Amino acid sequence: EGSGKMASLDRVKVLVLGDSGVGKSSLVHLLCQNQVLGNPSWTVGCSVDVRVHDYKEGTPEEKTYYIEFWDVGGSVGSASSVKSTRAVFYNSVNDRNEYGSCKAYAYPRRDYDREQFADNQIPLLVIGTKLDQIHETKRHEVLTRTAFLAEDFNAEEINLDCTNPRYLAAGSSNAVKLSRFFDKVIEKRYFLRDGNQIPGFPDRKRFGGGTLKSLHYD
Amino acid sequence: MSFLIDSSIMITSQILFFGFGWLFFMRQLFKDYEVRQYVVQVIFSVTFAFSCTMFELIIFEILGVLNSSSRYFHWKMNLCVILLILVFMVPFYIGYFIVSNIRLLHKQRLLFSCLLWLTFMYFFWKLGDPFPILSPKHGILSIEQLISRVGVIGVTLMALLSGFGAVNCPYTYLSYFLRNVTDTDIVALERRLLQTMDMIISKKKRMAVTRRTMFQKGEVHNKPSGFWGMIKSVTTSAPGSERPTVEETKSICFLHCYSLKLLCDLNLDAHFVPDLTLIQQEVDALEELSRQLFLETADLYATKERIEYSKTFKGKYFNFLGYFFSIYCVWKIFMATINIVFDRVGKTDPVTRGIEITVNYLGIQFDVKFWSQHISFILVGIIIVTSIRGLLITLTKFFYAISSSKSSNVIVLLLAQIMGMYFVSSVLLIRMSMPLEYRTIVTEVLGELQFNFYHRWFDVIFLVSALSSILFLYLAHKQAPEKHMAP
Repeated sequence: EGSGKMASLDRVKVLVLGDSGVGKSSLVHLLCQNQVLGNPSWTVGCSVDVRVHDYKEGTPEEKTYYIEFWDVGGSVGSASSVKSTRAVFYNSVNDRNEYGSCKAYAYPRRDYDREQFADNQIPLLVIGTKLDQIHETKRHEVLTRTAFLAEDFNAEEINLDCTNPRYLAAGSSNAVKLSRFFDKVIEKRYFLRDGNQIPGFPDRKRFGGGTLKSLHYD
Repeated sequence: MSFLIDSSIMITSQILFFGFGWLFFMRQLFKDYEVRQYVVQVIFSVTFAFSCTMFELIIFEILGVLNSSSRYFHWKMNLCVILLILVFMVPFYIGYFIVSNIRLLHKQRLLFSCLLWLTFMYFFWKLGDPFPILSPKHGILSIEQLISRVGVIGVTLMALLSGFGAVNCPYTYLSYFLRNVTDTDIVALERRLLQTMDMIISKKKRMAVTRRTMFQKGEVHNKPSGFWGMIKSVTTSAPGSERPTVEETKSICFLHCYSLKLLCDLNLDAHFVPDLTLIQQEVDALEELSRQLFLETADLYATKERIEYSKTFKGKYFNFLGYFFSIYCVWKIFMATINIVFDRVGKTDPVTRGIEITVNYLGIQFDVKFWSQHISFILVGIIIVTSIRGLLITLTKFFYAISSSKSSNVIVLLLAQIMGMYFVSSVLLIRMSMPLEYRTIVTEVLGELQFNFYHRWFDVIFLVSALSSILFLYLAHKQAPEKHMAP
């Protein structure tokens, strides 16, 4: 009886980006299946997973949405042919107005190209995976540094260990941040279109998605 | 005094080579990886440094640089160090890193890596038996024993790479072999790929909703425990794994029957549970399909780029080179066959022969000693540089193709081992390209090896490798167009 209603839910897309070997597949598996990924292997091509999310949970305006996580950053090949094929996914995702972007990284981390995220209209969530692999003594220093970087991007920041589901336990601050991020993405997609122009950004740029296409994976 | 100067020159150059190997490791091989083990990096750079020093000594030999006795000393020392690395250090560390990856044996890593190393040494020693590489008067622990075996492995590798390279080079350069790929082909394949992704997404949506409904009804825990968890853990495969095996399918059927009965007993909504397992199987199959489509699309893009490149000036130049190399390849195969059939090994090196021809038949007189020295230097130098460059490029490609974040250390060490053995055997074989007066040092240092055997062995393996590459490329080429043109 429920499945008929559920099939017609609206959806938003979130791109999961990050270096190879960082834990994007583990992260997505944890978010969507609430389980730790048993035998991670590198991602060939694009992998998608779906999570069901309650927008504005607990309020009268509560509504359920699908969140699709697109993980297009697999490590197979840095050849330009593979990049072109990945560009297909970026384009297809952009054509349908993708509005969220989740960046996964492992410690220690190189500085990311700021221009990639110059378009601040795409909500960004920065997730540090492999928290367990930072040594206790260095933890504070690394976390403060990454917190500054996340602030630069005007993004929220979460640090966790993809092999331990307790970091995303219901009610924890991480879970709350995640929820807020998804709500923000849904808002951008469905609720700010009605006449509310985001200042300074013409429509053309919003749908062009130029920023995402210039991502490099070498 | 001169010995000190010579040694300092050698050591400086070794440090330079070490630095180059280090940079190569960081910038090329491991540029995609964040975590690096310094041990592996050091071993790789050290192997590279000592291998290059050997070539440097050959060049010094030809040019007459440095004192003769200090050259000899450094030769011997270099050889000992390289053999130590190739036979003791690298295999041990390979075993160590393999064992580190296996969770069960993690506690007694050292013990198991020693065991692995002993196994390696056993097979390494046994390698010498079927080959007539030594005169029996050498003792058990002499350098010749080790070098002869390293030489066999290295020469085999060289011949394999050489044979494949000789055939593959014209195949990639010639535009005759390029498949005809149009934009419509690519668009059609992309559309298929996106459609597959859509199907995957819709199935995953159903699964997510089903799980959520079950969870809300309070009938299932999210951890894999209990009855539903058991079904899930048997049938849910992680991304990237194979299709369910026969055993898994049988147990799924069994569980279906059992679960239906149990559902009736427990009075639950029957269509939820079997749906999940069936949908998961469909999703797995679709994901496998999407991966294949992705790789095929990437392949089509690559071919399209090559077609466009072949229309440019550089492309046409490579096409011409391709014809030249195909003739060279055919000639080499022919010569290898002749050498084997008529059991002959070239006695003189190409430089001396060339000079003989020019002097005797063309009547051109010139200072033989002077010119033979410089021409050998250039020829040997070119051979060395191209073989180093070719090997590094091949290693890099190989590394990208097969390594993952777990196995990268093991693979780099294997590559270092291959590189060391390759370079040692290059020295063995390069002896043939040098005039007699320069060969002596190599013969002196390497001892009384049956050099002729190595050349014969090279010819045999080269022939086998070249012919099988031709066969392999022919089959691959024929099979490819049918894959893409299928609707």
